[in-house]
Amino acid sequence: MTFNISRKLIAVLSILLTMTACASRSPSQTDYTAFRNSKPRSILVLPPVNDSKDVGATYGMLSQMTMPLAEGGYYVVPVAEMEETFRHNGLTTANDIQDVSAAKLRSIFGADAALYTKITAYGSSYQVVASTTQVTAAAKLVDLRSGETLWSGSATANGNEVGTNVSVGSGLIGALAQAAVTHVVNVTSDKSWAVAGLTSQRLLATGGSNGLLYGPRSPKYGTD
Amino acid sequence: MIVKIHKLTGFALPVAVACSLLTGCATQTTSLYQWDGYQPQVYEYFKGQTSPSDQIAALEAAREKVFAKDKTLPPGFRAHLGMLYATVGKGAEARQQLTEEKERFPESSTYMDFLLSKLQ
Repeated sequence: MTFNISRKLIAVLSILLTMTACASRSPSQTDYTAFRNSKPRSILVLPPVNDSKDVGATYGMLSQMTMPLAEGGYYVVPVAEMEETFRHNGLTTANDIQDVSAAKLRSIFGADAALYTKITAYGSSYQVVASTTQVTAAAKLVDLRSGETLWSGSATANGNEVGTNVSVGSGLIGALAQAAVTHVVNVTSDKSWAVAGLTSQRLLATGGSNGLLYGPRSPKYGTD
Repeated sequence: MIVKIHKLTGFALPVAVACSLLTGCATQTTSLYQWDGYQPQVYEYFKGQTSPSDQIAALEAAREKVFAKDKTLPPGFRAHLGMLYATVGKGAEARQQLTEEKERFPESSTYMDFLLSKLQ
């Protein structure tokens, strides 16, 4: 009898679990009011400020951040050309670039929003048990027309996760992302860069709880 | 008999739910773009260890593969290729790529016009 009851209990609990598991967002989480009103179409990904010890962090991370945003439905201002434009104007550090006024950024790049990122860990670090490659970053999305912060988030990934099933946003990392990561591992022996790709996808995922909203080029735009 | 049915429900339901949980939320998203080459080449550009002509060749090869699969180039691909053309003195090709970026992604118009104005 006890056995039967526990089975019933499991059955009921599993129904409840199904009903809640896929709920994308609970009211207590991020406030999306400003984001919804802003409806940004294009994003300028500014070079991330690097608080890690690896000098390659800024460009490693920056070169991985277009894909998740573009696949999320946004136009992403080409990052290499953006960096070149700043350089021509005497701005060579991420700190200086992130200090440029919203109005100035919008007048040159025409983007609706800018992403301000800070890297706190990049690369291998010795740990007591085992050394691992880790990339950690935090970012905020700011409307370049109003100056309002639309969203903020942070993410981390490590070398052991590369090429494995990883949960991102609303579900497991998609086939596309997996293929891309594998591709990345194939074309370069640069482990930190592969991990930065995973961190970027986790940080800038659309559709998950606390994630970015889908952009206008996504078929899911307006469904979240 | 009744007991048997109960047992079946008690067992089958959690299994079914577990299956749906494993597949249900993991939405298989179809990709909007084909990413061959673009991000690796942007990384190469930043590292500066390969020549612009090598980077151009890599992007052109990637573009061939994308078009062969009838897929779409991601935002930024054409603009990046265009600016690489400009660095090796291929002005006409550069202008064509920047103009295409603008046509495919009208959101880029302000910045593409800015870059085009610098090409003169």
